[in-house]
Amino acid sequence: MFLYAVKRLIQGVVTVWFIATATFFAMHGVPGDPLMNDKAVLPEIRANLEARYGLDKPIHVQYWIYLKNMASGDFGISFTQQNREVNDIIREHFKVSATLGILAIVFAAFGGILWGALTALYRNRMPDIVIMFMVILGISVPGFVFAALGQLSVVEINDWLGFTLFPVAGWGTVQHMIVPSMVLGLGTMAFLTRLMRSSMLEIANSDFIRTARSKGLPVTRILRKHQLRNAILPVITVLGPSVAAITTGGFVVELVFAIPGLGRYFVQAVQQSDYTVIMGTTVFYGAFLVFMVIVVDVLYGFVDPRVRLE
Amino acid sequence: MTEIADTPSPDVPGGAAGTGLDIRSLGQLLYMGAIGFGALALLLWALAQWNEGGAGEAVDAVTGTITLSLFGEPPQLDSTRGTDAVSFNILGHTMEGLLRYDADNRLVGGVAERWQIDDAKATFWLRPDARWSNGEPITAHDFVFAWRKVLDPLNASEYAFILYGLKNAEAVNRGEMPLESVAVFALDDRTLEVHLERPVPYFDKLVAFATYNPINQAFYESREGRYAADADDLLFNGPFTIASWVHGASIRLEKNERYWDADRIRLNAIDYAYFTTDSNAIINLFKDGKTALAGLVAENLDDALQRRWRIKRFSDGAVFFMEFNHREDRLTRNYHLRKAIQVVNDSPELVYRVIKLPGNLPGASLFPVWLKGVDGYFRQEYPLADPPPDDDLGRRHLATAIDELDLDGPPTLVMLVGDSPTAKKQAEYYQNVYKQKLGIDIKIDAQIFKQRLAKMTAGDFDIVMAGWGPDYDDPMTFADLFASWNENNRGRYSNAELDEAVDIARSSSDPATRMDAMAKVQQILYDDAVIVVNYERGSVYVSHPRLKGVVRRAVGTDPDYTGAWID
Repeated sequence: MFLYAVKRLIQGVVTVWFIATATFFAMHGVPGDPLMNDKAVLPEIRANLEARYGLDKPIHVQYWIYLKNMASGDFGISFTQQNREVNDIIREHFKVSATLGILAIVFAAFGGILWGALTALYRNRMPDIVIMFMVILGISVPGFVFAALGQLSVVEINDWLGFTLFPVAGWGTVQHMIVPSMVLGLGTMAFLTRLMRSSMLEIANSDFIRTARSKGLPVTRILRKHQLRNAILPVITVLGPSVAAITTGGFVVELVFAIPGLGRYFVQAVQQSDYTVIMGTTVFYGAFLVFMVIVVDVLYGFVDPRVRLE
Repeated sequence: MTEIADTPSPDVPGGAAGTGLDIRSLGQLLYMGAIGFGALALLLWALAQWNEGGAGEAVDAVTGTITLSLFGEPPQLDSTRGTDAVSFNILGHTMEGLLRYDADNRLVGGVAERWQIDDAKATFWLRPDARWSNGEPITAHDFVFAWRKVLDPLNASEYAFILYGLKNAEAVNRGEMPLESVAVFALDDRTLEVHLERPVPYFDKLVAFATYNPINQAFYESREGRYAADADDLLFNGPFTIASWVHGASIRLEKNERYWDADRIRLNAIDYAYFTTDSNAIINLFKDGKTALAGLVAENLDDALQRRWRIKRFSDGAVFFMEFNHREDRLTRNYHLRKAIQVVNDSPELVYRVIKLPGNLPGASLFPVWLKGVDGYFRQEYPLADPPPDDDLGRRHLATAIDELDLDGPPTLVMLVGDSPTAKKQAEYYQNVYKQKLGIDIKIDAQIFKQRLAKMTAGDFDIVMAGWGPDYDDPMTFADLFASWNENNRGRYSNAELDEAVDIARSSSDPATRMDAMAKVQQILYDDAVIVVNYERGSVYVSHPRLKGVVRRAVGTDPDYTGAWID
């Protein structure tokens, strides 16, 4: 078990190195650079700017310096926010994205398991049909539509109530967090519901459930001890990558709800060719994703004793 | 991830379905639900402790606070290095230069109480009561320090060019002369003298620009490279100070009691509580009474009209145009091809039927209508004849061009544009117009900002959709754009006659001679079809009915809340 975890961690480091290298060269391959601005500058000034950021050196030297700094955990200073270190940006804004992400995932997991179990229990009857219809909506409608609709609903609700129940945008209090995290978790919740439903139905048809039933166990006990517990496994499998996807994919929600999360920096950095922020956020998110996958794999061993980790 | 097929075998009834849940398990479920809810509440509470923030109403008359949104984090509050609108806006509220614009856009004294400018030098006498937010008086040395910093090649200020009117400034900035050679002198603590490289008749307007702001040397050096990185790393001398700055989230300005003209300031605080570029989010905040001012775009204009909001408009000063590539190897170097494209252009159609946003004006000249000339407005004193579109003339020009360039038929041209919806809509409109009227095929090359700039600089286009916003309140801020020496002349247009007119316009001290030269520039740009002007940008916005005295303007701090109040 321990060996397995170590092995996976080493693999993870190699993966992150690969991500960093690919991003580095792709980024430098795109036309335009962070020093380009509305107003053209003198060649002399341009040269000084390049020297300040080390862009005057050949690309392989830059790559080497970059790797060395990364190994010591230093991602440098942002090009667009010239007084901020990338490390500070990640530290200050990741907690916001993480907060949003955790809430969204809690919301998605609770909802997904609950609705999924319900639809399986009431298969082909009214609750199943209604919920599955919503699920199809949830999966097919893109997140930015939900974000816009969610915000518009908040405006209407507040208008109707005559006071601010939920803030329209911004960040900081519990009220600020609820609507954006629900919007962000909606797609994942729909996906998990479907997964949970099919998983539940498959388990329901398996031999050990039939055995349990023939032993005369009460239905609720079968549901709790045997069916739910087994059906939840595939859901846990996708939960790991979902956590990463949600924390990184919150860009639109962060923009619409004016939330100071890292997702915005991640996307804006690419648009502004902000090299250091691109590298910092990509490597950070890459490492985070790899780590979450490993955590899930190890957790799997605990939840399902049949899985042996070697 | 595991994909599991949703195909239960038909011989077994669907799990526990049909049996229903008994009372005991329902109780259990409720119990578990209560625990889950409690856990969730605890989680929410914990997460709220971890984060910080929260904002008030759009206007709060009791505390004298207004709440607003901002496009984003100000990237650089070091005035020697700032280049962007957000930073300049915050600087405009928290700092003050020698001169500033008042509510009627007249130039009035800021830190300077008197000034005198002639052909060779400018002298500024500073107010005795102008102070930094730490109580120290503002001296002429603070200006000398800041201006040298701007021109220091190692500081690599992108706006250094705006100080090139100072004697030796350009040479110092190129690294050819030592910093001390910049001809700015503190004769004593309260007298600043500047020697000019050439007559700069608009020098008073230049010093109102943020790059000319003073910086306290002792404080700057005490921050050891962190100057302007945080609210604590700045000293203020303007109407407001930055009371708190949560990076990427909010900035709160509070009235600066040490400001020499503090009596003029009626707001106690400005809370920029939301950082977003999303125009719908901003409008939703406005509907909910959480922001005191919101810009409108075409998509939410109808909504605003339906709600009967009072929609206000103003010219933000920028001019948008199609710039041709004049490099040797380009078809657009051909005069008749450019002329063909110019004479069939119909700016009013673009503005009123394609962009359809009130506030925009159809463009004709690079010099927008709000610029001042000798006595009145420049464009009234020097009108530019702009005949209506003439398709026949266009086709004749095109035929000549095809002949001269030895082509088989109408050429295919690459049009470089930005990736905004408006830019794309415009490009598609032109694609359509030029195909219909001239048979020219336009290939649209839509690029994000930095990539578009890279291609513009490299000359990788035939036509580029470009724009220019003014830095200072003089036609000169537009006039030198297509001078052959200007790095911003991305199409590399080169014309000795135009260069000569630019030289006269920027150094003559006689207003009439200057404006005549500007008019010549205007005429050459039109006659030689250097660019085709599309529109002068206007902005539309709504503001809280109780918020008064906000100034919107083309040059200077915009929007300017320094004179605003809550009614």
